[in-house]
Amino acid sequence: MRELNNINNFYHDDKVIDACSLFGMMDTSGKQFSGEGVVRAIANMHIRGNGLGGGFAVYGLYPEYAEFYAFHIMYLSHEGQAQVEAFLKQRFYVIHVEEVPTKPTPAISNPPLVWRYFLEVKTEETKGQSLDDYVVEKVIEINTKVKDAFVFSSGKNMAVFKGVGYPEEIAEYFCLDEYTGYLWTAHGRFPTNTPGWWGGAHPFDILDWTVVHNGEISSYGINRRYLEQFGYQCTMQTDTEVVAYAVDLLMRKHGLPIEIVADIMAPPLWEQIERMPSKEQNICRTLRQVYGSLLLNGPFTVIIAHQGEMIGLTDRIRLRPLTVGIKGSVLYLSSEESAIRLICPDLDRTWIPVGGEPVVGSLEKPLIPQEVAIAGGDGI
Amino acid sequence: MKNNQVVKIDASGIFYRELNAKLREVVSDGVQKIELCNIYGQRYIGTDLDKPVEIEIFGTPGNDLGAFMDGPKITVHGNAQDGCGNTMNNGEIIVHGHAGDITGLSARGGKIFIRDNVGYRAGIHMKEYQDRKPVVVIGGTAQDFLGEYMAGGVLILLGLNLKKGECHKANFIGTGMHSGVIYMRGNVQDFQLGKEVGVAELDEKDGLVLKELVSEFASHFGYAAEEILKHKFAKLFPLHLRPYGRLYAY
Repeated sequence: MRELNNINNFYHDDKVIDACSLFGMMDTSGKQFSGEGVVRAIANMHIRGNGLGGGFAVYGLYPEYAEFYAFHIMYLSHEGQAQVEAFLKQRFYVIHVEEVPTKPTPAISNPPLVWRYFLEVKTEETKGQSLDDYVVEKVIEINTKVKDAFVFSSGKNMAVFKGVGYPEEIAEYFCLDEYTGYLWTAHGRFPTNTPGWWGGAHPFDILDWTVVHNGEISSYGINRRYLEQFGYQCTMQTDTEVVAYAVDLLMRKHGLPIEIVADIMAPPLWEQIERMPSKEQNICRTLRQVYGSLLLNGPFTVIIAHQGEMIGLTDRIRLRPLTVGIKGSVLYLSSEESAIRLICPDLDRTWIPVGGEPVVGSLEKPLIPQEVAIAGGDGI
Repeated sequence: MKNNQVVKIDASGIFYRELNAKLREVVSDGVQKIELCNIYGQRYIGTDLDKPVEIEIFGTPGNDLGAFMDGPKITVHGNAQDGCGNTMNNGEIIVHGHAGDITGLSARGGKIFIRDNVGYRAGIHMKEYQDRKPVVVIGGTAQDFLGEYMAGGVLILLGLNLKKGECHKANFIGTGMHSGVIYMRGNVQDFQLGKEVGVAELDEKDGLVLKELVSEFASHFGYAAEEILKHKFAKLFPLHLRPYGRLYAY
């Protein structure tokens, strides 16, 4: 703990404020905006993190390559890079390659190499697999078989930028002021029981599914073993990774809507199930039987995002905070309301959602969402 | 500085420690009223202050507003975040909006008035001793575990924003409660109550306490106390002094 204190606490007393910070902002009309506000908002929750992880997911930032899988890959060595690039050339048509632009940032030390690749699947290689399944398989192959390479993101028209540092430092390092997107999520990390390393920063992702998380998934072992049956291999040494693979499995592969996914990850308590009408009771019991191994135990708030959608969800007894704000067509999700107010003082509405009930922003259903406002109120 | 002077502080970009140090300084100088503007998430505002100074907050104060506070009156023109009134000893917090989770946690005295709703676990482990009796009055409804492990004090839930016939939202109300009292206006179903609470009619003494506190609430937020008090209230009380006394005994 002494080391953490020195990083986090320049007053050198014994107070360590420990909690991750989450922020998400989506314009449900699809309008692109710069990340300037998002960076200010996440930086406003600076004290929740300790500089051992910061990251961003941005959607809609590569319109010129929108139809290609955009791989962001971190390399710890040039050998790793050479190996991966040879692998990519075999499995994909490489449309464009470049190093992800960075600028020297005093706080960022020993950064790995980060490159991006815009890829088209060689359909003759897929052997009947869907393109997405093929990509998932290749990502996991890189993560597990190449020693010094980790895929940061692999979706279309989206990217993850992350590393060791405070989120505002990571934003500066990766020149995020040069990108625009219609959906941004951000994370400041306070690692509790796993290492603070570049691959362990949030968001975690597969394809275009990203997750930022505050809390601790104590069911990690069970979740991980279940996901392994479907070919997902955890390599990032952090609990949150399972949530990214779980949403890919449930929402993309099994085609389940978020309301059902919420009932799998944060199911109603048994005594609540017993009070439900029989049809809903059957659904909840069935979900528990089929997907019991994807129940996320322990405290969590997550912001899940993918192409066109941003979702906030907490555990069923809400052991981690989440506040929602709405202004026009823009949806904000945050660990703290103050971070939203800083960049949007005149919100139309703000509320604190009930545990286990998802808050959804979608391009298909531009605001207003249908959630019941529980700890609502008219704000200022 | 002179007494009765109003001090205005623009808190833009000021770290919470500097802000709270500044508050200590001006309060020890004898200032009676402080206006804080551009508050965006600074924590512990009012902590460590032990004089009846008035603090007006414009913006969104950070977590643990008024933690360990001993006397000041804080008015928030906006919403409060989590941990509002954490272990406060004396004073008042008046929130013209909603408040987050664990409002009034472990409070030992003083009064907290929230105009709208509160999040999870409001009033958790409030405690009282002799004449020190914390009070939390909530104008709207609450999320789960209201009054959890409550060990003293008075918690009032008014449900003013409930529609006709609508029940309060909270489940597990008063779970583990072993002292103090909850007065509740608006309906709940039996299953919403924790196993450790009983329901009773208010007696005359309860009525007096309720009237006084609801009047105070109404005066803060411009309601008519008589209108609120016209409706039926229920009293929730702890069934046992030590509900878990036998849990680990065999």
